[in-house]
Amino acid sequence: MALVEIRDVHKSFQREEQRIEVFTGLTLDIDAGSFTALMGPSGSGKSTLLNLVAGLDRPTRGVVRVGGAEVSTMSASQLAAWRARNIGFVFQSFNLLPVLTAYQNVELPLLLTNLSGKDRVERVKIALDVVGLSDRADHYPRQLSGGQEQRTAIARAIVADPTLILLDEPTGQLDAKSSQEVLSLLQRLNNEFNKTIIIVTHDAHAAERAKSTLHLEKGDLIEKRAVAAAR
Amino acid sequence: MKYLRLVVANLGRHKLRTVLTILSVALALFLFASLRSVVTTLAATAQFGGARRLVTLNATGLVFPLPLAYGNRIKALPGVTGLSWANWFGGRYGDGNTFFANFAVDPESYLAIYPEIVLPADQKQAFFQDRTGALIGERLISRYGWKLGQNVTLQGTIFPGDWTFTIRGVYTPTDPAIGDDVLIFHHEYFDERIGRAGIAGWYIVEIDDASHAAAIAKSIDDVFRNSSSPTKTGTEREFQASFATMWGNVSFLMSTIGLAVVFAILLVTANAMMMSARERTGEIAVLKTIGFSDRLLFGLVMVEAGALALTGAVLGLGAAKLLYPAINFNGAGFLPGFKVTTSTLVVGLLVALGLMLASGLVPALRAARLPVVQALRKVE
Repeated sequence: MALVEIRDVHKSFQREEQRIEVFTGLTLDIDAGSFTALMGPSGSGKSTLLNLVAGLDRPTRGVVRVGGAEVSTMSASQLAAWRARNIGFVFQSFNLLPVLTAYQNVELPLLLTNLSGKDRVERVKIALDVVGLSDRADHYPRQLSGGQEQRTAIARAIVADPTLILLDEPTGQLDAKSSQEVLSLLQRLNNEFNKTIIIVTHDAHAAERAKSTLHLEKGDLIEKRAVAAAR
Repeated sequence: MKYLRLVVANLGRHKLRTVLTILSVALALFLFASLRSVVTTLAATAQFGGARRLVTLNATGLVFPLPLAYGNRIKALPGVTGLSWANWFGGRYGDGNTFFANFAVDPESYLAIYPEIVLPADQKQAFFQDRTGALIGERLISRYGWKLGQNVTLQGTIFPGDWTFTIRGVYTPTDPAIGDDVLIFHHEYFDERIGRAGIAGWYIVEIDDASHAAAIAKSIDDVFRNSSSPTKTGTEREFQASFATMWGNVSFLMSTIGLAVVFAILLVTANAMMMSARERTGEIAVLKTIGFSDRLLFGLVMVEAGALALTGAVLGLGAAKLLYPAINFNGAGFLPGFKVTTSTLVVGLLVALGLMLASGLVPALRAARLPVVQALRKVE
């Protein structure tokens, strides 16, 4: 069953005099419980697609539906509330708040919920435990390695138990060992916790950890392939 | 409350900058409260004066005395029920760096005409009976540690020489505009020391009915119109107001400086807030991605601005409220009853609120309106 439905999506940007067409009628489905790698050269529209699915950007035309909710027509405040409940987002450069500890960074999405302080503590502990950073809860981002920072970012993305986890080049700034740790963690989240994951990556090794890959080129879906290996 | 940690963490991001911003707000509001208190004290002084008291001066000016002989002629006029007189002395005490008002008065008539000067009956009698006795305001006791019966020597400036008085009484004013740091002594002693010059600096005339003030004032001035020292008589309130109007431009200047200081600090605070918000463009975009709404981010930035402004306000206004009484400040005697009023504190807090709105609004709106995709593109 499709969790993400992209229907005839058009997206264009105006850059000075030039109008750049990113998508001209993109249509695709991403199933619930899938682990999908979005690949393609720079400028192919991978990150734009991720932003559209996350409701961070709006299509010029067409429909983006996630879990039955039509993201493309929501107001800014509805989108914010929807994102808080349904989306976990992980960035290439981690983007942890440097003034907060790992614990406090992970807790951020829970501040938007009605959970009690005690419940928030419980949830943050679980999230940090899942990513293997229980012993780093009181560390500030500057005291963590790149891999630990990215695992903290993943803990932040999963702590509110979202429907969908979106990752934009999550291993782009990590060494090989840390990349493997992060990818294994994502596989675990997908397999054990049944999280739907979409990862934008240039890295073929990272894509191999996904269950399926989508290849975009100049805004067109040129290949959809199931990956059998690596599981 | 759950967002408090985020606000505190952001304020602690650049501790030195936060502390300096708070201190500049505190200093601005301290100066604002101080300057406004000068203005309100002057205004309160100008309002002082019994409705049934007139003051008669030399028409040429306050520094020119009147003959002591005028007293009996004023007293004889219809509607005049009491009379006293006084002379500015201008003596200095100790090293002369601290100043308090001191003047010679006719003791019994003066205290009778000024019921606002309150002291125990036995001290009053002791003052009346000692020709070199002095009556002092209670603040002088705490300032200099003087005691009843102690001799105090003033150095005359207008009337040279050492003038030694024995403290016979300590008064408490029921109206702060009287001043609680004044020394008064016998006019008789003063007159004797200056060689029986027979002068009075001014007369205080008590009248039967406040509604007769203008007519009686005119009749006094008419009596002396063609004399060598013509008089100018007005209500005591006018007399006080004439002192206040001497400060008129100063009041305006102080109000203007106060506003300029607040405005300058507003720019400093606004700049600090904008720098802080600009540095966090990426973080604000990340928070939006997590699900923080525009309204929530607007609120958080405003709370930060408010925390800076209000902390500064509490420090600055609190310091002004506590400091001046602690050092017994009275503007070298020119600002009797100087105090930071509740209305000044309220206006100060409103200024802080305005500061918060003005300094926080632009960065808060910027945070709320930040286009998240473009901001993330810059960060990524």
